[in-house]
Amino acid sequence: MATFGAGAYRSLPGRGAAPGFRFTLYATAAILLMFVDQRRAWLEHVRYALSGVAYPLQLAVSEPGAAWRWVRDSMQTRAALAAENAQLRARETALETRTLRFEALERENGELRGLQTALPPVADHWLAAEVVSVEIDNQRQRILINRGSRNDVFKGQAVMDSRGLLGQTIHVGPWSAEVILVTDAEHAVPVQIERTGVRTIAVGTGDKDNESLALPYLPDNADVKPGDLLLTSGLGGVFPQGYPVARLAEVRHDAAQALERFRATPLAELGRLHEVMLVWFRPDHPASPSKPTEGQLTHGNPALRPQPVPPRPEPAPVPASPAATAAVPPSAALKVTP
Amino acid sequence: MNARLYEPRITITVTTLIAIVVTILPLPGWLALVRPSFAVLTVLYWSVAAPRAGGLTLGFVTGLALDVFRGSVLGQHALALTAITYIAVREHQKIRSKPAFQQSLIVLGALIVYEFIVFAIDGWTGHPLASVKRWIPALTGAIIWPLVTAMLERSHSPR
Repeated sequence: MATFGAGAYRSLPGRGAAPGFRFTLYATAAILLMFVDQRRAWLEHVRYALSGVAYPLQLAVSEPGAAWRWVRDSMQTRAALAAENAQLRARETALETRTLRFEALERENGELRGLQTALPPVADHWLAAEVVSVEIDNQRQRILINRGSRNDVFKGQAVMDSRGLLGQTIHVGPWSAEVILVTDAEHAVPVQIERTGVRTIAVGTGDKDNESLALPYLPDNADVKPGDLLLTSGLGGVFPQGYPVARLAEVRHDAAQALERFRATPLAELGRLHEVMLVWFRPDHPASPSKPTEGQLTHGNPALRPQPVPPRPEPAPVPASPAATAAVPPSAALKVTP
Repeated sequence: MNARLYEPRITITVTTLIAIVVTILPLPGWLALVRPSFAVLTVLYWSVAAPRAGGLTLGFVTGLALDVFRGSVLGQHALALTAITYIAVREHQKIRSKPAFQQSLIVLGALIVYEFIVFAIDGWTGHPLASVKRWIPALTGAIIWPLVTAMLERSHSPR
């Protein structure tokens, strides 16, 4: 702050070289910053440091809301708590019952895929994070969470809640991270329609009042119905395959704009977020997000990769005796071992 | 006039910090939509009232802070704020001598320039979100300007 009180142009009331020179300097600095930030090389480190500095202020700003929640929670009566407890118990029982068959199904699925052993689940571990601040307006739908690189959070990490996909991290600071929600107008997620298997891309509409996703790349005559479930397709390199994202709410064939034709509502409750889950995935799992490759499929389980065409079996030489032909049937080379 | 000459650096820093907090404070629904950028208004005020201390450096630093809090491209708000601070510092004597209503009109012009620069950079960096709603803060900012000046004047003038 060398200029504060420097009095360099005290006698020149505003006019003169000093403000013009400094304007040129700062404007150039700002444009340079933007240029470098767009190339996203080393400026991510600057942003990292700055977000560390900014975090205490953001935390302080979010305190009134948190304090109000705390007051409201501590005012709850015994009866309300007991009711909630009973409800949670019932839900837990229901969930446990539903997962009873989970392991059996998992193994069965592995067998069907031709794997010798069942695979571990694609999610390696989870970490709960609290929402520090929510920024939902018509342009941006972002949240700030209280986990950062100190908790091994990385850029482009999937964020969920118990119902479905929420979004991904876009800026990671030391103790905080910014998450872009799936409904943000700048967010797109590769999805698959569960009923038909059709793959497409769901983009956020950025609509604040009616949080939704649109499917602008589906043709007008696509086979979709309201109620269809959208799952992540595993393409794109961020989200693994098979996590629920949204449910199709509205199909309008007469819509003028592609963004209005298919509307889906996210399953995650974006309106009232307090806690979210960060997920780490096993990179070697076949359902893990596949990174874009340069023409060659190199990701995923080697056993599941497209295999080169097996060499044609050599035509048997002039049959010396029928017994020799029978011993090596040409189809043996093509036979798949169970 | 005497009160304006001593250019209270601490007051400038504190009021700008408060203004940034109010600007990024999470607000429900329509309040957030109509909320003017108090940080920009405060910087504008100090550029006019104390152009030596609260000039371009204040604008640049505040803009950078807004960039960090908003998660926008670093330098976006800094450039926009530097630009309008420059105008304010250059013309601070003319602006100071105008009656409140005309000041509000000038501020409206400055805020529109500010929003336009932010909007243009949004477009160039690939986030074109054209909506009438993004111009509302400029309007509310101009409306609330007399109130902001009255409050900030009290913060540094002897009672």
